[in-house]
Amino acid sequence: MYASPIPMHIPDGFLSVVVSIVLWIVSITAIVIALRQTNKQLGEKQLPLMGVLAAAIFAGQMLNFSVTGGTSGHLMGAAIATILLGPWQAMLVMTSVVSIQALLFQDGGLLVLGANIFNMGVVGVAVAYFVYRAFQQFSKGARWGILTGGFAAAWLSIFIASLGVALQLAISGTSPANIAIPAMGGIHALIGIGEGLITVGALSFLLVARPDLLGTGDSRGKTSIGVWVGGLVITLALAIISPLASTHPDGLEWVAEQKGFLDTAREPLFNIIPDYVFPGISNQALATIVAGVVGSLIVLGVTLGIAYSRRRATKANQ
Amino acid sequence: MPHRLEPYREGNSPIHSLDSRVRVVMVLVFILVCALVPVGAWAVYILLLALILSAELLTDLGIAYFIKRSLMVLPFVLAALPLVFSTPHGIQFNPAGLERFISIALKSWISVQAAILLAVTTPFDQLLLALRALHLPRLLVAVIGLMWRYLFVMVDEVTHMMLARAARSGSDNPARRTGGTVVWRARVTGGMAGGLLLRSLDHSDRVYHAMLSRGYDGEVRTLPQPSLTTANRWLLAGFILFAIFLVALSILFWG
Repeated sequence: MYASPIPMHIPDGFLSVVVSIVLWIVSITAIVIALRQTNKQLGEKQLPLMGVLAAAIFAGQMLNFSVTGGTSGHLMGAAIATILLGPWQAMLVMTSVVSIQALLFQDGGLLVLGANIFNMGVVGVAVAYFVYRAFQQFSKGARWGILTGGFAAAWLSIFIASLGVALQLAISGTSPANIAIPAMGGIHALIGIGEGLITVGALSFLLVARPDLLGTGDSRGKTSIGVWVGGLVITLALAIISPLASTHPDGLEWVAEQKGFLDTAREPLFNIIPDYVFPGISNQALATIVAGVVGSLIVLGVTLGIAYSRRRATKANQ
Repeated sequence: MPHRLEPYREGNSPIHSLDSRVRVVMVLVFILVCALVPVGAWAVYILLLALILSAELLTDLGIAYFIKRSLMVLPFVLAALPLVFSTPHGIQFNPAGLERFISIALKSWISVQAAILLAVTTPFDQLLLALRALHLPRLLVAVIGLMWRYLFVMVDEVTHMMLARAARSGSDNPARRTGGTVVWRARVTGGMAGGLLLRSLDHSDRVYHAMLSRGYDGEVRTLPQPSLTTANRWLLAGFILFAIFLVALSILFWG
């Protein structure tokens, strides 16, 4: 039995059909562009490279280190894949990993696979690329730039992706925005530290063993402006929308209105933003704090539950 | 003996002998139906659950097998739990939220059973063919195929690495933790991840040369697939019609 340790794979039933389809379209567009770019950039070697590296990322997600009291740090791998392969190939690698997890191990749903690819493959990679490139440019490729950039890229890719998950759940009416966003964001801010530390460890190992991979690899080739800007925009958008949506109960509805699908949202079939999911308008500050605490406890429970079931699964296998 | 990660279970059941392309589409349609059925349409949920349970019965693997595996979706259900306690007037019990929460949990549980059914009755090469038949890009399908082939190698590699680390981290006093701080432990794990990536890069190099020596020229070729039999076409059409009927009915009554 296998279950990915990162509580970011949304199962079926948790996203509304509209959100699922919209994110499928976005992901498919990104994948098509990535396929074109990959075909252009590299020769025939790309296929075995991406296939085997995807397998390694999948297996690498099993690596863990104990933090405290049964919790452990893990790797998602979007950042390290981006640093090693460049954004387009990393997107395809993460897409393969997430697809296999959904298709074979039911880790994440099938109808919502587009959303999971979007969160881990597109957002995770674009954000990691934007941050890492920014550090590279700033440090002129120095060692400290690679390491701090790697940490920042890994942490931010996890954190921003989790905000994306929370927003999608909130828009689908599955989890109230003012609970989902602080809870997902909070717990992934911690998980991201583990991701960042492992990424730094891996990078410093590679710097010693194969510096050419980090120095002359695709990641130092010409910048893919599109992905860089995309990563910047995604980071800014989610970083601005999330606190808005979680502190101002109308925040999400405002966004929805701007996008012009509020009318669709009101239809009973889709019911994107049921009003009752936004509690605490009167004593908003208190509600937010209570919600944050409750939410964090819940997600902590989720993480512990996953850790526990994984430990049991490992024991059962031995 | 299959690898412990391999989800496919052999069998001669009617589910196993169904054309894989038909099975993939049926499972996707079934999950789509689960998503489209409105909140609180309990009768439809029971029908869907009965459908998936009977399909599970048909596989001869035993329902317990499916139920046990499907429980892994449970932790995520907690994400929807706040619905029960949120209202526009603050934090208090919300019956509509409870209905929504149970609906989400049930839909998710039924959907994941369908996904398990697909994984345990479809050999991986058949799954790849079905993905190709659904017009997924050839390169992506090829990457997924190669990934699966080397997945077990890499997973075994990681298992060995973790075993080696555990073997070196022994202590006669279980209360005392060995090794350094959390950061130190994270860096050790990072080193393992780096090593794993390095090995996988070397490995992909060898795979590439092996592919070259067997005539690989950068093109991914697949054999043309036989067209669906008439019976399978009717089955698929009937199932999709039934799905549309079910969704329409459930929206009419509960929407």
